[in-house]
Amino acid sequence: MRRTPRRIAALPVLVLLAVLAGCGGGKKETPPEIAAAVPDVPAYGDMIVEGSIGGISGFLSAVTSDAASHEAAGYVFNGLVRYDKDLKLEGELAKSWEVSPDGRKITFHLRKGVKWQDGAPFTSEDVMFTYRRMIDPRTPTAYAEDFKQVRRASAPDPYTFIVEYARSFAPALASWGMHVLPKHLLEKYPDISKSPLNKKPVGTGPYRFVEWKTGEKVVYDANPGYFEGKPYIARVITRIIPDQATMFLELKSGGVDIMTLTPPQYTRQTDTPDFRTSFNKYKYLASAYTYLGFRLSHPFFKDRRVRQAIAFAADKKALIDGVLLGLGQEATGPYKPGTWAYNPNVRKYPHDPARAKALLAEAGWKENNGTLVRDGRPFEFTVLTNAGNEARAKTAAILQQNLAEIGITMKIRTVEWAAFINQFIDKRDFDAVILGWSLTPDPDQYDIWHSSKTGPKELNFVGFVNPEVDTLLEEGRSTFDIEKRKKAYFRIQEILAEEQPYVFLYVPDALPVVQKRFHGIHPAPAGISYNFPKWYVPKALQKYRIQP
Amino acid sequence: MLRFVARRLLLTIPLLVGISLISFLMIHMAPGGPISLTTDLNPRATAEARTRLEKYYGLDKPLHVQYGRWLARMATLDFGESFSPDGRPVAEKIRERIPITLTINILSMGLIFLVAIPIGIYSAVRQGSLFDRVSTVFVFTGFSIPTFWLALLLMILFGVKLGWLPISGIGSLEYQSLTVMGKIADRARHLLLPVLLAGFTGLAGMSRYMRSNMLEVIRQDYIASARAKGLPERRVIYIHAMRNAILPVITILGLSVPELLGGSVIFETIFAIPGMGQLFYQGVMARDYPLIMGILTIGAFLTLLGNLLADVGYALADPRIRQG
Repeated sequence: MRRTPRRIAALPVLVLLAVLAGCGGGKKETPPEIAAAVPDVPAYGDMIVEGSIGGISGFLSAVTSDAASHEAAGYVFNGLVRYDKDLKLEGELAKSWEVSPDGRKITFHLRKGVKWQDGAPFTSEDVMFTYRRMIDPRTPTAYAEDFKQVRRASAPDPYTFIVEYARSFAPALASWGMHVLPKHLLEKYPDISKSPLNKKPVGTGPYRFVEWKTGEKVVYDANPGYFEGKPYIARVITRIIPDQATMFLELKSGGVDIMTLTPPQYTRQTDTPDFRTSFNKYKYLASAYTYLGFRLSHPFFKDRRVRQAIAFAADKKALIDGVLLGLGQEATGPYKPGTWAYNPNVRKYPHDPARAKALLAEAGWKENNGTLVRDGRPFEFTVLTNAGNEARAKTAAILQQNLAEIGITMKIRTVEWAAFINQFIDKRDFDAVILGWSLTPDPDQYDIWHSSKTGPKELNFVGFVNPEVDTLLEEGRSTFDIEKRKKAYFRIQEILAEEQPYVFLYVPDALPVVQKRFHGIHPAPAGISYNFPKWYVPKALQKYRIQP
Repeated sequence: MLRFVARRLLLTIPLLVGISLISFLMIHMAPGGPISLTTDLNPRATAEARTRLEKYYGLDKPLHVQYGRWLARMATLDFGESFSPDGRPVAEKIRERIPITLTINILSMGLIFLVAIPIGIYSAVRQGSLFDRVSTVFVFTGFSIPTFWLALLLMILFGVKLGWLPISGIGSLEYQSLTVMGKIADRARHLLLPVLLAGFTGLAGMSRYMRSNMLEVIRQDYIASARAKGLPERRVIYIHAMRNAILPVITILGLSVPELLGGSVIFETIFAIPGMGQLFYQGVMARDYPLIMGILTIGAFLTLLGNLLADVGYALADPRIRQG
């Protein structure tokens, strides 16, 4: 799980574009009649231009932390394991693996014949080197913890890598998705972040690095020797366009082939015949959710009935319609609907102000001139959220309305991100917050819900303490048996739904758009990019001629 | 004169140290730090990882030690290395952004001078005329219109609808394969909209300044005597009046020196121009202390230099100041 990347929202720009939506032109690449007549066979060649809001800060994902950099590294590097289209772990550089019956030892069998892009062979020595660098204090990484759990690592032969843990730890397997680094190129650099490879990477991945112009673009060419076959698309260019509205204009004029749309762009500006002939829009649930979190030691929110009442008062349908223009789903817990850990049968909180009022009355709150009062104190609190996040600001405004209906005054305060974290979250100086989590495919959320994680700078900042959840979290991460894990996480969701330490609000949709000449895209629970090397442009539709 | 310049140059040193100390304290007082972006709300970053990163960047040392180290490095003109994961030298990061920012700023400033000065003179000479009124509305429209809004409108018109100009960026995708002439033409096409826009939005200040200077000058006695001598009106305006009216513009030119290297964040974001504005903004958001300090120091130095140049220029142009 990682913090949802922040985005510099440009609300006025979006409003403007909504007004201008009618005048969208867009040069057509191929008339539809021709496109229909083209034989749909995979072909090598052409180039894809990808629009990215943020620039990258380096290619070694061990030392970078932003989404753009991790994505860039993904073109060039591979891990031992990866998530497949159904978000299940599968081998990447590892052909297969075994977990010992006690769950403490993982043996990876590596692929043979894999070559680094400079021609050197890939072996278990590289994996060993990567592991050593991850735990080396000279490496400025935030991700050492997973690897420090390893008690012993060994590479008995060039194609076997064995790690032993002190105890069985299920998320450990996914941690080996960490990009494997080339030993022969990095050995002489004690600090890998200062090595030339952080700027000019050499990996085992589907694309090889060509050029990085800071703040402008990154260029990659297909790796002909890629172990899963040469990718069809010959060249990838990531253009850095910090403004969402500009990027959208670039898309329409042909300067960008793939980007992520905002809900207004998706619903209001792309619904023209012109747009439909040139582009395919996709829509699937993003791996993230937004919530209203309470400081549970707060005198008002200590009482579970009050939290439940707020859950009943929150109109989630209105939130999805108003904030996401209908492009999302209600969240019922901290997992993405449709994934194996998601429990659909937990207590639900439909919009029901009457029940909310009844619960509050039970908790001792009396209505007085439309405001709730207990012991002479009106029900008034402040919700905090980070500045610059348009969706969260809108969410706050709608919730404010919802709560006013049942006599609660909610004030809204937005604070710059760093100040928000350091002055309020870290000091536990808040009543309630609106925030989001992005979700990893592994359901372990020990850091967010376990009672041992309520310390300073730790992530259970709402202060949720529940012995049963503690036990279940420990159980869930200590076994590799999916059925056992599922049982633990299902029960956790039941308890969370009952307790409402967060009011789980919504899961937004991811809204990518791709130029129509690209074929072979099959949306799956993992999104669309999992099979990127297999995307292709039929010969007759190719736009750019690339000389390798 | 030389002694004057030398003394002023020496004086800038304590001034620079003072400015850098205040900047240093200010950016360290801002909430969050260089490692926040990596570790805040990141379940994989433990307390141990935070201490390790703090130690790595030397943030575990007391503030005065950190400042001392920075100053010592700075004395040898070493800007240090950026705290961003790429760990590149700050000087290199700044250097690669300078050409594009400088080009745009010089071009747009040139455009402003070229257009604003004639507008100012002409509206002063014909005060209250139709031209005066129309040009006033025109320059103030440019001044008050939101840049990003106009930028998007122009992009839609010239980029999407007409397809005449590229929408954003500073070079086409095939830039590398173009001939020299092709490269120049390509760059020019990319810079046309940003420069025109920056020029248009910046006209107001300079043209109003010129106009009021001119108005003041043409009421002077020496203009009346020039006219009384029977000089043609053109000569009176363009030689006698303009020379005097343009004098204060030198000050503005001097004060514009630091602006040459400063970019506008909004502007660069809309046009996807990798310039100084974006670099500084990203540096601040990531609390990249060495980068922020580097840019601030350069800015401070250029401001002081600009002031000095303005004073020198003034002294050269106006004998009264030189002798006084």
